[in-house]
Amino acid sequence: MNINIDEKTDFQLLNRRIRGVEDKNIVINGCVGQRYIATGLSDKKLLINGTPGNALGSYLNGGEVTVYGNAQDATGDTMNSGMIVIHGNAGDATGYAMRGGKIYIKGNTGYRAGIHMKAYMDFKPIIVVGGRAGSFLGEYQAGGIIVVLGQNDDGLPIINNFCGTGMHGGKIYLRCDKLPHAIPSQIRVEKVKGSEVEELKSIIEDYCSYFKELNAEYLLNADFLSLFPDVDNPYKRMYTNN
Amino acid sequence: MFNSNPNYNSSPFEGEVRIPSGCAVSAIINRSGKPMTGEKIIRSISTMHDRSNGLGGGFAGYGIYPDYKEYYAFHLFFNDFQAKKATEDFIITHFEIVYSSEMKTRKVKGIGNEPLIYRYFLYPLSKRLTNSLMDEEQYVVKCVNKINAEINGAFVFSSGKNMGIFKGVGYPEEIGKFYLLDEEYQGYAWTAHGRYPTNTPGWWGGAHPFGLLDYSIVHNGEISSYDANRRYIEMFGYKCSLQTDTEVITYIIDYLIRVKKLTLQEIAKVISASFWSTIEEKSEEEKRKEIFLRKAFPSLLINGPFSIIFGFSGGIMALNDRLKLRSMVCAEKGDFAFISSEECGIRVIEPKLDKIFSPSGGQPVIYTLKEGGTL
Repeated sequence: MNINIDEKTDFQLLNRRIRGVEDKNIVINGCVGQRYIATGLSDKKLLINGTPGNALGSYLNGGEVTVYGNAQDATGDTMNSGMIVIHGNAGDATGYAMRGGKIYIKGNTGYRAGIHMKAYMDFKPIIVVGGRAGSFLGEYQAGGIIVVLGQNDDGLPIINNFCGTGMHGGKIYLRCDKLPHAIPSQIRVEKVKGSEVEELKSIIEDYCSYFKELNAEYLLNADFLSLFPDVDNPYKRMYTNN
Repeated sequence: MFNSNPNYNSSPFEGEVRIPSGCAVSAIINRSGKPMTGEKIIRSISTMHDRSNGLGGGFAGYGIYPDYKEYYAFHLFFNDFQAKKATEDFIITHFEIVYSSEMKTRKVKGIGNEPLIYRYFLYPLSKRLTNSLMDEEQYVVKCVNKINAEINGAFVFSSGKNMGIFKGVGYPEEIGKFYLLDEEYQGYAWTAHGRYPTNTPGWWGGAHPFGLLDYSIVHNGEISSYDANRRYIEMFGYKCSLQTDTEVITYIIDYLIRVKKLTLQEIAKVISASFWSTIEEKSEEEKRKEIFLRKAFPSLLINGPFSIIFGFSGGIMALNDRLKLRSMVCAEKGDFAFISSEECGIRVIEPKLDKIFSPSGGQPVIYTLKEGGTL
């Protein structure tokens, strides 16, 4: 079903409406800044035209959210499972403390993507960014996988400062052969061939199935830098003296 | 000076307690200088309604007083007619009053307890100015500081030429309507603020923008370096009478531009300086510049999360703290440029944009008039 909204639509009314309708497929038109869309949903397929507000798909527990436009901050905050696909950019703190599911972004993401991302048993969150990421990518990352493909056309480097600060689990793949900025000494970097890493192959093939204009083979046929915590030199004292 | 008065107000004013805040900021400029009413900026800031809590809203408009553009436009809040009388006694001994009137307002639901609001177009008395041995702007700043610090119940909240600040307690869209910004005023640039103070009632003078001469600041954030910044800036004759962080930013920028003659880019490198480790990665030329600025003004580094929009005659500037702990989006469309806390604040007035991007922490984004900007 279609829900047409505008700047006057209150986010609470909208979210109550989304939860209330029987229809599993919902299209929202004219979205402009309404917050918390799809929060805690588990069984619906949402398509959003416009600019959804902060905390889109927070605590998402299944289902699929697709955005034709840019998402604002804290997309997929503490998301548990399901899928968020963004045909545009996503703002700061994308996938904040995410612990399962996938966030696929065609464009760029802002500061602190994947901050505090974690994994548990079968839950393994994945964020794929088509363009570039801002500073503090994977800050305090504890699990899951972040992939950045660097297909941005604004000439800026694939990552900004302080990538992986406090990272103690999980993995970050960057599609480049040289780091544009220094990273902490507690993080190890290995160069890998995209097409030779099974994990990366299946992620990028799946990602490209959502964005028809992208070619998985082309994207995989390149060097990637794989970033992960150095077990011989881990973070010990980020917060306290314990 | 405004203080809480136990006789008729049992709640403390701000500055007497600490206020963490949320807030929204927004700005529009037409770079060809074409005037627009406040209608667009009101729509922009009201889309981010949930970022404020109704305890403060305000706007700055540039180019709004073309018929009086040679004169300083003072906007004042008075607690009572006694304060008005005391202030006017001070003004007539320091300025020629070209025109004065009560500010035109309309009744708006949600706005109450407004102070007396007056506007004066002023020119410094030439003899007083000459005798003061100060330049004209310095003289005006001194007079503004004097009224705000020494006259009980009076507060100058706008003092620039051909610009004006309009603010108060309420949601920003209500404040915009209260001052009739959508009908009475046309400017080439507007900035706006929606406030979210949580610990005090909020008061009219404490709303944003803060202004001094034609500079204005709207600010979302909290400054943990406030006291260090205040102690330093007060050495140069500024009086932080409100004890809020936004006031100190206004004085810091005024000092760096007007007194120290720094460019806006240089100011960004002072107040939102790069980390030493980041400077280390830069080219020799940039390294030399940034190290110089950090060393010359270490006490003006502003720490803590902030996003600010600085307005001045001829332009606007967006700036984040160096860690980018507050959101900020910039966009362009034809002659228009936009700055907003959230993208929705831009899309609501211009759905189709030529360019949209989020500046990095510490990266200033400056939009000026194509011709005739003063900076």
